[in-house]
Amino acid sequence: MDESNDYLFSRREMLVSTTLAVTGLALLNVTGAEAAPVPVSLAKVSFAVNGKPHQLELDTRTTLLDTLREHLHLTGTKKGCDHGQCGACTVLVNGRRINSCLSLALQHEDDAITTIEGLGTPDKLHPMQAAFIKHDGYQCGYCTPGQICSAVAVLAEIRAGMPSHVSASLLEPPRATNMELRERMSGNICRCGAYSNIAEAMSEVAGKDA
Amino acid sequence: MQTFTYERVRTPAEAAAAAARTPGAKFLAGGTNLLDLMKLEIETPAHIIDVGKVGLDKIEPTPAGGLRIGALVTNTDLADHRTVRRDYGLLSRALLAGASGQLRNKATTAGNLLQRTRCPYFYDTNQRCNKREPGSGCAAIAGYSRQLGIIGTSDACIATHPSDMAVAMRALDAEVETVKANGTTRTIPLAQFYRLPGQTPHLETTLEKNELITAVLLPPPVGGVHIYQKVRDRSSYAFALVSVGAILQQDGSGRIAVGGVAPRPWRVETAEKLLPAGAKAFTAQLLQGARPTKENAYKLALVENTVAAVLNEGKH
Repeated sequence: MDESNDYLFSRREMLVSTTLAVTGLALLNVTGAEAAPVPVSLAKVSFAVNGKPHQLELDTRTTLLDTLREHLHLTGTKKGCDHGQCGACTVLVNGRRINSCLSLALQHEDDAITTIEGLGTPDKLHPMQAAFIKHDGYQCGYCTPGQICSAVAVLAEIRAGMPSHVSASLLEPPRATNMELRERMSGNICRCGAYSNIAEAMSEVAGKDA
Repeated sequence: MQTFTYERVRTPAEAAAAAARTPGAKFLAGGTNLLDLMKLEIETPAHIIDVGKVGLDKIEPTPAGGLRIGALVTNTDLADHRTVRRDYGLLSRALLAGASGQLRNKATTAGNLLQRTRCPYFYDTNQRCNKREPGSGCAAIAGYSRQLGIIGTSDACIATHPSDMAVAMRALDAEVETVKANGTTRTIPLAQFYRLPGQTPHLETTLEKNELITAVLLPPPVGGVHIYQKVRDRSSYAFALVSVGAILQQDGSGRIAVGGVAPRPWRVETAEKLLPAGAKAFTAQLLQGARPTKENAYKLALVENTVAAVLNEGKH
C-alpha cells in the first residue's frame, strides 16, 4: 500500500486491522510480551508402513498415530482417547499390536508398521475383515480398524502359545475360547457394544486357522 | 505436549553420559506412561534420551541359578518366557493381570517399575498434589480415595504404586541392577528400591539422578504354589483395588506381597511367620499401623479376605 493514501482504508480493511490488533494484544496478555516463541524441535526417522518405506522429518512430539493420519494420510487408524485406554489407534509394529497414540514416531526407526490399510483392501479383504462384516462386528465402525488389527494379533499370540490372564495353565498351549478372546481383547473398547459379534468373528477365523 | 529435543543412544553407557551432560533430560523406553504424562504436561522433559534400542532385551540364566531380565524386555516377552512360566509363575500371572495386550507389548521391565501412580489427583493438573507439585497439598486425602493407599502413606500423599509386576518381583526377592552417570554399577534389592512418601512424595525411588536401570535379577526359584489374585472393579484391564501375590509351600510357610494398598508393593517378612495361623493373624500383622480413609477402609477386610482365598487355593 502506498503511504500517501493510507487514509483511504476501506471499512473492511479497517475492521480486519482492528481485529488483528486486538488478537495481537490478547496474545500478548496470555504469553507475556517478553516470551520468546519456543522453537520446534525436528528429527528424522525412517520406517516402513504397509511395506512402503518412508523417510520423515517430524516435530519430535509427533506420535506414531498422528504421523500415520496427518503426514501419511492413512486415516484408517483412529484417534479415540489418545491416552492408551480405548485401543482405536491399534496398529501392528513388527507383527505386534501397540497403541500408536502412546508411541513417538521417532521410536520406530527401521520398524515395519502395518495399519488396517495394509491388512486388506475392499477388493481383497483380510479374513478378519470379512468375518467382521459377516458377523456384524461393529455398528458405528469407529473402533473397528483397531479391533481388527488387535484381533489379528490376538490369534497370532494364541498360535504362538502365549498364555493370558484367564489361561488355566501357564504351560499348556492356550485355545481360542470365547473367554480367552474376550480377555485378550480388553484393550479395545466399543461404545456400540459389538463385543459378542467381534468374538464370534474371531472364533470363525480362529477355527479356519486350526 | 511441551517441545523437547531428542536423541537415540546405542549403549547404556552412552545413555548415562547423555543424561549427565543434558539438564532436564529423561530416558524413554516403551513410553506408555511417560508419553501419557507428557501429553498432560505433568512431565515436561527438555530432552528425551531414547534408550529403546540399547539392547538389554535378553532374559538369561545367572551363575547363581536365577534369571537376569534385561531392562527393556517387554512385559509380554517376560510373561511368555518359558523359564518364567515354569519357575516364576507368580511373575507371569502378575504381568498377565496388568494393562492390556497392546500396552504389555510396549511396556518394559524397568519402565513398569518406574511408572507413576494412577491417583486421579496426580493426573488432574487442576487439583492440588504434593507428588506433582511439592508443597501444594493433597486433594486426595479428603477427596475420592476409595482406590488409594491405606498403609505406608503420609499426610502429604496416599497414592498407591500401580504395578502388578512389582508385587510379584517383591515376593520373589528381586534386585534392580543399575548404571550411574559416572559408569559405576550397583544392585538395589526391590525391598529398598521404593521410598515411602513422608513429606517428599515426589521422590519415589532410591535411584540417583541420571541412574539407569539395566536389569532385574531374580534369585533361584523357590518352588511352591504361585498365585496372583487381583481384585478390581472389572475383570480385565483395570488397576487393582487389592492384589495378593503369594508363593505357598506345602509345610504352610510362604511369602505374600500385596498390591493396591501402599506406595510400594507391601510385604512384611515377619508377618509371614504367622501364615500357618491363617489369614486373620497374618493380615493383622501385615497391615499393622494402617491409616485408611473413610472411603478406603474396606480394603482392610478385602486384603484379609483375599489372603484367605489365596491360602485356601494354595491347599488344593
